[in-house]
Amino acid sequence: MLNRKRKIVKNTLYQVFMGLFISSFIGCDVDETQTVTTLTNVVLSEEFDTDGAPNPDVWGFDIGRGPNGDGWGNQELQYYTDRPTNVVIENGNLKITARQESFQGAGYTSARLLTKNRFEQAYGRFEARIQLPTGQGIWPAFWMLGADIDENPWPGAGEIDIMEYRGQNPTILVGSVHGPGYSAGNAISKEYELRNDRFDTGYHIFGIEWSPNAINFYVDNVLYNQITPEDVTGEWVFNKPFFLLMNVAVGGNFVGPPNIETQFPQTMLVDYVRVYN
Amino acid sequence: MMKNNRYISTTTTLFSAIVLTLLLGCERNFSEDVEFASFPQNGDVFIDTFSAGLDYFPFVDGGADPEAFSVDTKEFFAGNASIRFDVPPFGVGFVGATFNTTVKRDLSSFDALTFYAKASQAADINEIGFGIEGETGNKFQVTTQNLQISTRWEKYTIPIPDPSKLFNQTGLFWLAEGAENEFDEGGYTLWFDEIKFEKTGTLGQPRPAILNGADVLQPGFVNIGQSLTGLTQTVNLESGENITVIAAPSYFDFSSSNNGVAQVNEFGNISVTGLGRTTITASLANNAAEGSLELNVESAFEFAPTPPARASVDVISVFSDAYPNVAVDYFNGFFTPDGQTTQGGSPPLDFNGDRIINYTQLNFVGIGTFLNVSPINASAMTTLHVDIKVNEAIDPGDFIRIQLLNSVGNGETSGSVTLAASDLRQDEWVSFDIPLADFTGLGDRSQIGLLFFVSDSTISDIFVDNIYYYR
Repeated sequence: MLNRKRKIVKNTLYQVFMGLFISSFIGCDVDETQTVTTLTNVVLSEEFDTDGAPNPDVWGFDIGRGPNGDGWGNQELQYYTDRPTNVVIENGNLKITARQESFQGAGYTSARLLTKNRFEQAYGRFEARIQLPTGQGIWPAFWMLGADIDENPWPGAGEIDIMEYRGQNPTILVGSVHGPGYSAGNAISKEYELRNDRFDTGYHIFGIEWSPNAINFYVDNVLYNQITPEDVTGEWVFNKPFFLLMNVAVGGNFVGPPNIETQFPQTMLVDYVRVYN
Repeated sequence: MMKNNRYISTTTTLFSAIVLTLLLGCERNFSEDVEFASFPQNGDVFIDTFSAGLDYFPFVDGGADPEAFSVDTKEFFAGNASIRFDVPPFGVGFVGATFNTTVKRDLSSFDALTFYAKASQAADINEIGFGIEGETGNKFQVTTQNLQISTRWEKYTIPIPDPSKLFNQTGLFWLAEGAENEFDEGGYTLWFDEIKFEKTGTLGQPRPAILNGADVLQPGFVNIGQSLTGLTQTVNLESGENITVIAAPSYFDFSSSNNGVAQVNEFGNISVTGLGRTTITASLANNAAEGSLELNVESAFEFAPTPPARASVDVISVFSDAYPNVAVDYFNGFFTPDGQTTQGGSPPLDFNGDRIINYTQLNFVGIGTFLNVSPINASAMTTLHVDIKVNEAIDPGDFIRIQLLNSVGNGETSGSVTLAASDLRQDEWVSFDIPLADFTGLGDRSQIGLLFFVSDSTISDIFVDNIYYYR
């Protein structure tokens, strides 16, 4: 979610891994044997069942257009607020809504939530159940940054993008890691294409299971990537606490600007965020 | 997650089993006549050959070239054959056909018609879709206009607006493509392959619309029907692109906020039955359609007075529903090069068989009886009758001048009579009986070839009815 242009896909291990899976599928039900996740001890469970603002003990907000006023380093077009029209809990969902409106010099408003200084953890299983927004120029994300980012600036602090998505590609999910020597255009990244379904018409689970030597990326019941220290083209920085972020950006380098067919408002519906270890 | 799902499905299975057991245990089963006939759920149209029961019906009556179609075993996307259309050059007909089955199909489990297509040159197909079915009046027709086709095989998707409606269909594929003018594309070849209905699962964000998404307010009149237009469904494809198709009215559910004022049937036809206001809206598969029609019904439609019965020798009628009419060349000559702005009259409005001419943007307009029909011989008649209703406010200087021309372009004579503002009424029919002798300058009236209404734009919107000469 910081500066970027993509992408290097390093997936030899993944192919081996999937090969092992496929071998083990033969002769039995796929769903019963695929080990997507192993951790089940819940340490954070944000279910968004109480209407109103999100729990301030867990969630803070980034406000504005970024510390340099440049759209968070990506030429994003929105101004982030914590107003209920941009972020609110209703009907069992956290709703992050991108709107087309003039606000503080920006043409759009939206929200970015983060657990920095509130919930930070190294390793574990991090997942959210989300129905994504849609349309050209809409850029939602569920992601993580190294908790030492204030002392150890990006990309040194590390970034794990559990879910990124372009509103103009409603069936394609992108999962990535960024670190020193493999950030922005050189991030380690993989796309997952949903077959016979879309991310904007129903809820899907986006998660990672992160252990000292691997980060497994999954969507619903499909493990689609594993990134290990051997895969990254620099120092492995995923050995310290990270915090979570969720946002809906509008425009920016990753997606390009909205066009005349983009419908506003666009809302990301988050059913829950859960962390296990 | 998966454990939960499995648990749920086990519970569902168990529940169904119990229900089934209960049903089986009942004394009486469903009677035979509630078992609906079901048709084959076969989505194939043309894979490498015509699918079961499929036949080719060119639009020969419309001028389509039946020979333009063939099965091509040299050019195909997959398998060993495609279907091929040779689009003729301008002026030599067009490609137009529907592919229908003799055995009905149940298409309700699919969400789109898909196919691969290519063309010998970049082209756009005028109209393509499915649902041409004479037996139902094309009740579920879907049309995509101006579909761009490139010179390499690509997949195209035409969404089904609401699959649940399509359980007994015969019209699986149709197209119409031709050169519309001498500069338009023509003389090229189109190929289609792997034409089938399928469940893509990747269509989303449906945005149905009526009246092309506009909110329209207009007057309505009791007993005067209207029909809804601009019915479309827009869907986002897997590629992120939106596609808009024209969807037949029967895909929509219409509602009227005041059924005492108007109702809408499944064909989008509006019946106006009472005074008041109503807003007509629609939904498609439970998605509210953009656009609405607000009807303000302040009165029953006012028709012109019915002319009295007359012996046929006593009347020469140009335009009325009371007497036999003479043949006319036109009710609007569209003399645009001469500065005419007038619209309407071509054809007249038809209110359930009662015809009325509505001229709008009137400055002048002529009714011609001299080109391909016999001029009117009104020598034996004494009076011209015409009923006029002005559909707008009348200012003091406004007028309508009626002018008659005899022997057009060949020793032509003419005379006119002016109806002053004080003779006319806003929103009311006024009957005029004008002695032909008042058309000073006309002289001979044995070959009347033109009857003009002239307002010089002082009055722009009028209804005209019952134009006849009598004695």
